[in-house]
This record gives sequence, structure tokens and C-alpha cells, in this order.
Amino acid sequence: MSNEDNLIVDAATRIFQDMSEPGVINAAEAGEWPTDLWNTLEESGLTLAWGDEALGGAGVDMLDGFALLKTAGRFSVPAPMADTLLAAWMLSHAKLQMPTGPMTIAPTQAEARIAISADGVLTGTARHIPFGRNADHIAVLARDGDKAVVALVKRADCAIRENINLAGEPADEVSFDGAKAIATASAPDGLDEAALVAMGAAVRSMQMAGGLEKILDQSVQYSLERSQFGRPIGKFQAVQHGLAELAGEAAAAGAAADAAAEAVSRKGGLGTGALAEIAAAKTRVGEAATRGAAIAHQTHGAMGFTYEHSLHHATRRLWAWRDEFGNESHWAIMLGRMVAARGADELWPFVTGD
Amino acid sequence: MSSNAFRFPDVEFTPELKALQQEVRDFLAAEKASGGFVPVADGWGFGVDLEFSRKLGQKGWLGMTWPKQYGGHERSSMERYVVTEELLAAGAPVSAHWVADRQSGPMILKNGTEEQKKTILPRIAAGECHFAIGMSEPGSGSDLASLRTTATKVDGGYKINGTKIWSSGAHFCHYMIATVRTGGTRDEKNRHEGLSQFLIDLSIPGIEIRSIKNMAGDEHFNETHFTDAFVPDDCLLGEEGDGWHQVTSELGLERSGPERFLSSAIVLTEAARKIGNEPDDREALMLGQSVARLKSLRRMSLGVSGLLQEGGSPTVEAALVKDIGTRYESTLLNDIRQVQPTEPLGQSTDDFARTMAEGLLRVPSSTIRGGTNEVLRGIVARQLGLR
Ligand SMILES: Cc1cc2nc3c(=O)[nH]c(=O)nc-3n(C[C@H](O)[C@H](O)[C@H](O)COP(=O)(O)OP(=O)(O)OC[C@H]3O[C@@H](n4cnc5c(N)ncnc54)[C@H](O)[C@@H]3O)c2cc1C
Repeated sequence: MSNEDNLIVDAATRIFQDMSEPGVINAAEAGEWPTDLWNTLEESGLTLAWGDEALGGAGVDMLDGFALLKTAGRFSVPAPMADTLLAAWMLSHAKLQMPTGPMTIAPTQAEARIAISADGVLTGTARHIPFGRNADHIAVLARDGDKAVVALVKRADCAIRENINLAGEPADEVSFDGAKAIATASAPDGLDEAALVAMGAAVRSMQMAGGLEKILDQSVQYSLERSQFGRPIGKFQAVQHGLAELAGEAAAAGAAADAAAEAVSRKGGLGTGALAEIAAAKTRVGEAATRGAAIAHQTHGAMGFTYEHSLHHATRRLWAWRDEFGNESHWAIMLGRMVAARGADELWPFVTGD
Repeated sequence: MSSNAFRFPDVEFTPELKALQQEVRDFLAAEKASGGFVPVADGWGFGVDLEFSRKLGQKGWLGMTWPKQYGGHERSSMERYVVTEELLAAGAPVSAHWVADRQSGPMILKNGTEEQKKTILPRIAAGECHFAIGMSEPGSGSDLASLRTTATKVDGGYKINGTKIWSSGAHFCHYMIATVRTGGTRDEKNRHEGLSQFLIDLSIPGIEIRSIKNMAGDEHFNETHFTDAFVPDDCLLGEEGDGWHQVTSELGLERSGPERFLSSAIVLTEAARKIGNEPDDREALMLGQSVARLKSLRRMSLGVSGLLQEGGSPTVEAALVKDIGTRYESTLLNDIRQVQPTEPLGQSTDDFARTMAEGLLRVPSSTIRGGTNEVLRGIVARQLGLR
């Protein structure tokens, strides 16, 4: 998937360059909602990229939406861009009209269950809800008995216990007890908690691929600016080799995230169709994040350990996101079970995607 | 916005490619079943089977992309990719023809005389003519441009003197493409000048080939000594003095393929057979991590092939994939060992124990042959603007 000639990416890049700069990211971490950034994104239709046009969304192609998320990952966008896209995706599958304003989704763990009664009243608590406190609405995958239901809930009707992830992004606990959904629809076949989490993993993989590109660029630039022993540190072979490895990790992550995005867009993201590619992506991208962020920090010395320097905007997100929607080993174990179930002679065909 | 990130084009796997893939899979399954070959670890490096190479030639799977007039089949780089990756994944013994098909043939096609193309390429495509690589010398490994072997102009040709080393398969190969000095000096400044490539018939007088047994016990690489070996003028490959440029593009071909991460695929397959359908968490973790790494490597590698198909020379991208790919292979066998203990036995009838033994003793070469990972990272670092 190439991002170069993508109009949506161009538009987003311009907005992020102006409005998602380090000062805005720090302010957001201090609790200040990035009003200008969000309003501009919303006016441009980007926040509802994955929403069906007939339902009030922007009707953007799935792959373009992923390209947008990679760009957002590059810029450490301190707003629920990805989460609103996910919510819009979910609402579209349930054929529910989408509201404007920031959204998020629940639950974010495959084994979590939120109950809903026949008249639309919810019970249950969901932990680690990205940007929970900032969302106007939450798209919830709830259960009426066994039946999966998509419910649109006003955040104001829920109780929030604030928490943050490693990047200082809101990762709140949301209690739905007694909240009444403003709209509900039964979930289509294949849309369950596991499918939602898998889609979240595909999304985080793409954001992380963007983050890795960012720290590669920052590290290369820093190594040419910072001098020691009379020359730029980038002239030392040990530093060069670290950065070459970082470039490799970023490229591998990009390839893995692209493969997942394509599988999702081909197969709609529901059911098990894209599961292998998503599992492979979250596994490989998570590995790349670990190694890549370590190299980036080593290259930046003490400066990269300061709050002042912006390296941590991307690295802390990489560390947070690698654990969200299932970490590397969670997905690797799932992938390994899929491989084993098909048997040794099918291992290679599995790699080639047959 | 400019970024240092490497991008690999997305390659579409067409129904035609799928059909070819299936054809190769069926062929390999039948061959294996009938005892046509026994899967080996690192079969492209060490599995020599002259008969099997000939069979592939008959199938039309060698020289695939070359013009028909030279015995080729005018198929795409992607089709060639599909065939090679299937052979690798199956652990087929394809070492004999590998170099000729991958790099020597394409070098002749690009730089050779009409006579060379007509006489040599069809034999390579038939799986009957094999090539050795003459780059390294006792004093010149990573620092290839420091090489000392000379070709001195004499009446009607050149006299070659010097020693090439680590020449894989030279003992059964028919030709070597050797990079030698025809002028210039070994000075730091202009060492890249005065190098030339020669297409040398290894049966001529003045050449002595001495086997060097490797630590895995394979009779694989050699020392090739040249003492006043006379080659006629038309053995000069390409332009005199253009050798550095030529050998660089030869290395591009040498580094660009999926063999750089599929040498041990067969060991992973045999490990999966041992593990069975219901793995415990550690076994599943190993399988999942390995497959995830393989999938992303393959995607990048397909991208390299796509760049080749577009007529590009993806030297840096190939170096990047080789670096990650060979490091993946270096850890793979150890990862497998941790969850599927075995005492690797070289003569075992158990395919897992045997291929593991082959793999463990051969894999240390993967981060060295074709350019060390340190050299590859230097290439990537240069692209990043650091050198
Ligand atoms: C199985 C096998 C088959 C081979 N087949 C062939 C063949 O058919 N034809 C042929 O011509 N060659 C062949 N080679 C040789 C191969 O190309 C060389 O081994 C390789 O280029 C490295 O050279 P070297 O072994 O002399 O190592 P050296 O160059 O001596 O390197 C030793 C170590 O020092 C490191 N090093 C060297 N220079 C630097 C530097 N500037 N910065 C950082 N680190 C550095 C290297 O990375 C390596 O780790 C083969 C090698 C093997 C193992």
C-alpha cells in the first residue's frame, strides 16, 4: 500500500503538521482537549472515514482509512482518531446512523462481556477504553443473552474511572450500569467481541507502523545533528548499524501491517477471514516496536529520556499500543494454533496465504 | 513529506501465479513421494543433485525470464519468484544450478557477446551448465575491491594469475565469472577502477581447483588457483574496466532472492510435524512468531521482486531484506530447539533430527555468504544518508 499519492493522506498530513505538533500533544497529556485539531479533522470528514455514507459517515475506502491511521500514528495524534474510525466501522456494520463528535468502542478485550436488556439498558464495566472520557458516544458490543447487539451509548450516561496508558492517553474504565442506549441493532454475523478486538489489533498495528517510521526519521536526523568526538554520531558505525536495523524493523512492521489492512479490506474484517494476517501483523509489529524504540532511545542518549524532547510521543505510544488489543504473544499463540491445526504440510501454504 | 522509511511495492498474486504455484507444489510432492529427492536444510546452498537440476530444466523452470532465442521461457520475474520460493520451502536440492540461474545467466544476458548468449544460456536453462562465483580472495572478503588476481593482456587474450577462494561448487561447475584486476591500483582512492569480469571455462590449462571441506563436512567450496591461465579476448564479460559496476549489480542479483530467509523453512515444517495439531502455549508461540516473521519477510521480498520486474535495481532493499532474513534464520533454529528438544543427528532417519542437524551446522554461513550483515547494514546506512 503506497501512501505517497493518496489525497486523504495528503490532507491529513497537512492538518497534523499544523495541529498535532509537540506542544499540542503535551497539552493533551496534561488534560487539554485539542479543540482545533479535532474540529478541523471533523470538518474535513476524516473522523468518520469508515462510516457508511448512507448512515452519515464519509464512506472512505478501508485501505485509505488505514493509510490515514498510519499517518496519524506518525504524528502521535493525541485524539481518538483511530477509535472514532473503529466506532464508525462498527456502527456501519450494524446499519446504525452515526453521530458526529469523538467516539470510542467497548469492550477492548475478547473475553469481556457487557450485557444489554431487551429494552436497551446496559450492565457491566469495560476497562481500558481508549479516550473514554473524551468520547461523546461509545459504540458498544453488548450481549442480550447470547445475541450480540451493537448499542450506541452516550458517554454522559456512563460512569468513568480515569486511567492512562504508557503514553498518557486516556485508558478509562467505563461503567455502563443503568445506561440506556440511544440506538441498538443486532450485530451482523461474525461481529463479536473477538472480531472487534481483531479489528482493533489491525488498527493499532497500522498506527504503530506509522510510529516506527517517525522514530526512524527522528533518529536519523538526530544522529546527523548531534556531534561527539568531533563528528556527528551518525558517522560511528555502531550507531549506523543500529539505525539500519531500525530501518529494517520499520519496513518489516509496515509490510506486516499492510498485509493485515489488505486482508481486512478484502474480507470485510468480520469473522475469521483476516485473522491470520492480523495475528501475524500484531505479532511482528509488536516485536518491531520493542526493538525499534530501544534503538531510537539509545541513539538519542539522555536527551531522548527528557520530557522536553518529542521522541517519547511516538515511543511511549508504541509501548502502549503493543499491549492494546492483544500483545505479541497473545497473537503469536493464536497464530501458532492456527498453523498447527492445519498440519505441517500446510505450514508453507499458510505462509503464502492460501 | 520525505521519510527515510523503505517502501516495498505491493505485488498482486494473480490467478496465473497461483496456478503455477500449484503446478510446482504438485511436481515437488510427486518427486518427494517417488524418491526423486530428499528434503534438506539449505538445499540451495548445499544440496547438489545434477539429475534434479536437469529435471527442473526440462520443466522450463530455469532461465525462466530469458528470451526464448537463448533457451529461456520469457516469463515474468514474479513467475520465477514463485518457482524459486516453492523449491526453497520444500528443501529441494537445487544448489547445482542456483548460481547460474540467479546471477551468472542474467549477467551474460546483460553483458555477454552474442556467441556467449547462444552457446551458454540454453545449457544453463537446460540445467546442464553450472557456474561458480569468483569474487572473494584470501586477502579480500568484505573489502572486495582490494582483490589481487590479475588479467594481463597478451596476444589474442589475457593471462589470469591469482587465487579465488570460497568458490562454491567450482569442483563441478563448468564456468566461473571472475572479477579481476586489469589495471588501476589497490590504492584507497581509485581501487574501484581497473576491475574487469571474465567468463572463464574452468577446464582450461592453468587452473587448479582444491576443495575446502566446511565444518558441516560438506565438500562445498574451493580454492581456485590461476597460473598463467590463458583466456581468449572474447572471454571478457562486458567492458574492460567496468568490473566494479558489474560486480555490484551481480551482488544485487545474488542478494535479492527469498533464499535469504527460506534456507531453514524445511526444519520449521518438520518441527511442526513433531508438534502436531494441538500445541501447548510455548510451541504455539514459537510457531506463531516464526510464521509472523516469515510472512512479513516474504511480503518485503515479493516487493523486491516487484521492483526488479519494474526494471529497477533494488540493491538497498535487497540488502535490507537479506539482513533481516538471515538474522531471522539464525534465531529460528534456536527458537525451535527450545520448544522441541532433539539431539540433532546427522544420519538420523527422523527428518526433524536430520534437517535440524544440517541446519544448525550450515546456518552460521547465512550471515556471511553473499556479503556479511555488517556490510549490508553499511549499505542501508548509506541510503539513510549516514555515510
Ligand atoms: C558458505 C559460503 C559460500 C561462499 N561462496 C562464495 C563463492 O562462491 N564465491 C565467492 O567469491 N565468495 C564466496 N563466499 C565468500 C563470502 O562472500 C565472504 O565470506 C564474505 O564476503 C565475507 O568475507 P570474509 O569471509 O573474508 O570475512 P571478512 O571480510 O574478513 O569479515 C570478517 C568479519 O569482519 C567484519 N567486517 C569486515 N569489514 C568490516 C567493516 N568495514 N565494518 C564492520 N565489520 C567488518 C565482517 O562483517 C565479518 O563479521 C562464500 C562464503 C561462505 C561462508
